Amino acid sequence: MTTHAGAVHAHEAPQGFIRKYIFSLDHKVIGKQYISLALFSAFVGMFLSLLMRMRLAWPTMKLPFFPDGILPEQYLAMVTMHGTIMVFMVLTTAPQSGFGNYFLPIQIGAADMAFPVLNMLSFWTTLLSLVVLMAAFFVSGGAPLGGWTVYTPLSAIGQIAGPGQGLGMTLWVIAIAIFCGASLMGAINFIATTLDLRSRGMSLMRLPLTVWAWFITAVISLLAFGVLLAAGILLLLDRTAGTSFFIPGNLVLTDKVIPHKGGSPILWQHLFWFFGHPEVYIAILPGMGLASHVLSTFSRKPVFGYRAMVFAMSSIAFLGFIVWGHHMFVSGMSPYVGLAFSVLTMSIGVPSAIKTFNWLGTLWGGDIKFTTPMLFALGFVSLFVSGGLSGLFLAQTSIDQYLHDTYFVVAHFHLIMGVAAIFGIFTGVYFWFPKMFGRMMSDTMGKLHFWLTFVGVYAIFMPMHFIGLAGHPRRYADGSGAAYLASMDPVHVFMSVAAFVTIAAQFIFLFNFLWSIWKGKKADINPWQATTLEWGVPSPPPHDNFAGHEPPVHRGAYEFAVPGVADDYIMQTTPPEKVAKA
Amino acid sequence: MGSKKGNTGSAATATTLALFLVALTVFTVYIFVAKPIWSWFPPAINEIGHEIDRQFMRTLVITGVVFVLAQFGLAWVVFRYRTRGQRATYSHGNNVMEVIWTLATAILFIGLGIYAQRAWAEVRLKPAPPDAMRIEVIGQQFKWSFRLPGPDGKFGKYKFEAHPEQEFTRDPWVVDADDPDGKDDVILGPGSVFAVVVDQPVELLIRSKDVTHSFFVRELRLKQDAVPGMTVPLQFTATVPGEYQVVCAELCGQGHHLMGTFMKVLSREDYAAWLKDMTAE
Ligand code: HEM
Ligand SMILES: [Cu+2]
Ligand SMILES: [Cu+2]
Repeated sequence: MTTHAGAVHAHEAPQGFIRKYIFSLDHKVIGKQYISLALFSAFVGMFLSLLMRMRLAWPTMKLPFFPDGILPEQYLAMVTMHGTIMVFMVLTTAPQSGFGNYFLPIQIGAADMAFPVLNMLSFWTTLLSLVVLMAAFFVSGGAPLGGWTVYTPLSAIGQIAGPGQGLGMTLWVIAIAIFCGASLMGAINFIATTLDLRSRGMSLMRLPLTVWAWFITAVISLLAFGVLLAAGILLLLDRTAGTSFFIPGNLVLTDKVIPHKGGSPILWQHLFWFFGHPEVYIAILPGMGLASHVLSTFSRKPVFGYRAMVFAMSSIAFLGFIVWGHHMFVSGMSPYVGLAFSVLTMSIGVPSAIKTFNWLGTLWGGDIKFTTPMLFALGFVSLFVSGGLSGLFLAQTSIDQYLHDTYFVVAHFHLIMGVAAIFGIFTGVYFWFPKMFGRMMSDTMGKLHFWLTFVGVYAIFMPMHFIGLAGHPRRYADGSGAAYLASMDPVHVFMSVAAFVTIAAQFIFLFNFLWSIWKGKKADINPWQATTLEWGVPSPPPHDNFAGHEPPVHRGAYEFAVPGVADDYIMQTTPPEKVAKA
Repeated sequence: MGSKKGNTGSAATATTLALFLVALTVFTVYIFVAKPIWSWFPPAINEIGHEIDRQFMRTLVITGVVFVLAQFGLAWVVFRYRTRGQRATYSHGNNVMEVIWTLATAILFIGLGIYAQRAWAEVRLKPAPPDAMRIEVIGQQFKWSFRLPGPDGKFGKYKFEAHPEQEFTRDPWVVDADDPDGKDDVILGPGSVFAVVVDQPVELLIRSKDVTHSFFVRELRLKQDAVPGMTVPLQFTATVPGEYQVVCAELCGQGHHLMGTFMKVLSREDYAAWLKDMTAE
């Protein structure tokens, strides 16, 4: 099963700062680099949402750098960049490339990823993509205003379509194309590593669910990012080379006829959402795997329905590729196609429900320890339920005619993809911090952070359902365009205040994180009494993880509370004869 | 750490979390049921609107039950199984339960999805009745305009439709002077309000001159993107006279939030008077 001489030998620790920390080939350093990139991006994205919430609550308020208040086009540029940064630079990097890079090799008993150089390249390519994206803020015209979905032809015809649609938009497409390349490299590496570098005894059905989640996510990435890359290149050609893939004839803007002919705006939507729907699973699947893992660990109980979980994640991945049209019911696409997409989408609710039931089943009969990572994992389940159920409304063609592109959608995707995935990331940070840095994070600060964030996100995003039901369209800089919207202003003020408190709470996290790196209490090798391989190596793990030998694996990942055994957990690497009897 | 020190706060944390989940659920259900903030859906003014409302309520009841059960269930297990020094049950799952909940949700969700298609088929799959009043709706940054076919019931061709091979340098969205069908077309230019007759079927032909917009009237429960290069039909019969807000629901540029107008639903006499007004200039 595993022929991986290559992964075990030739792994002397590199010398010198640059080889060690900058252009490092070590999957752990690369994982940390990705996590740092995501942390930085998350704070930028959050800062943009702060400005957006200012504008929505008090449209004309003057702010530093915004002497006339935030203008509508600036608001839209913020919407675009907030969405793009959050989706690509935070939710695609931290859960998969960040934690996955750091822990996948260790959890399967490997010394590194299959292709360390490719791994390094994919991080640096991602960083380049982030730099190009950020540059859009600083060019003339500013960042693009077309939203993270950059629908054509708004995004295809250049400056004439609005501020930011010139150079800013071009930089956006280039950044995303680079990002696609980086993600493809990462995906290949994850797949090869999982298939080839598993340690002796680590059969597929003994893998931690985190590894299953990273593996399945990598397969999705490989299939989805290729399509976005192609679409991005076509869009770039439309913008710069005079092609007309997405631009039909006889468009007139400011009395000028646009010199393009024969393209289809809807084609962009098909290509984009063929990537875009799988992308939401790329964002959430690692969190699902981690939630299962952490719920099991802290309820001291095996995962309920391990095989069902693997099956559910695989079917989500598969179904995820044939539901993209639910974003396009009113796009002008054939209504018969809409019908098919609708029923397929309703069926993707089934594996999601299976996961929820199995999480509850895992907790049932447990011995639940309320550590900070456990609280975030429990929060994840609650948010996943709340955000998932609203999807059942949006999946229905007839109801979506009303709800499409309203705040109901904003509420839905924030709860399920935004906040639930962020809770997955927090779960990972609090859970693995002791392994990564050899120190504990403060539990008191962690709990405070949890409570403020959990209550806060519900306070921000629950009310969005109601203004959505009242017909408030999304991507509106204010409600001045219609009387019925103006009446919802008080709700915007409430959500903004909730957002300010929630955002402030993230600085507790930042402080806890940085402070604990240097000042945290020293961590044991296995502070959570967990079972998987990373808890058998020192904290932080040495350069080659297992000191050059291959750890034999004796059992599945979730052997908690085994009858007749003294401890309430047995590690995967403990040989049967070493297990102490009760 | 988890096992020894974690014990101390576990009762308090478990209780707080359980209470919060219960409070959240009760509060959310309360807002959905009692609508204390404002009544979220304005009353529908067409048959399809009522059918969509009914389907919405069916979905709300089903998801509501699942929401309450799941959040209460989470609150319950968190509270009931908080650590008190017990040992967890050793169980890897239960295949019978897996099959039951998979089948139950599959039937419920997919059934609901199929049921929803009735209203969809009604608006989207049936051709408009032959006596439907046809109105062309055109989106452009950041105004709506409209065109009526006039007494002959036919729309004239725009220049670019009459001469598809020609390259234009000036706005070709002008009715071709040589097309007899266009002579009596009524053009309601950018920024206009439009009107329909109460109880009469209407077919909108939705188009765009520049980027993608979306025509949305809450009271009709309908929304349709205005896609450049396409003409998308949308049909309804409004049964309640009044004036209803039209907004744009697809991001179209910096004036997106200001791209509104009104749809008047008028009695036959009022409509005739309104049309006379419009054609008088
Ligand atoms: C601090 C918490 C957050 C707040 C207060 C917030 C707020 C907002 C607001 C006000 C909008 C614009 C709605 C509109 O006008 O249509 C928005 C859009 C969006 N947000 Fe967030 N957000 C937060 C976190 C996140 C996270 C964690 C994600 C990750 C997925 C995310 C992803 C998005 C996306 C994809 C959009 C759509 C952008 C677009 O329309 O192109 N947000 N957010
Ligand atoms: Cu989707
Ligand atoms: Cu618009």
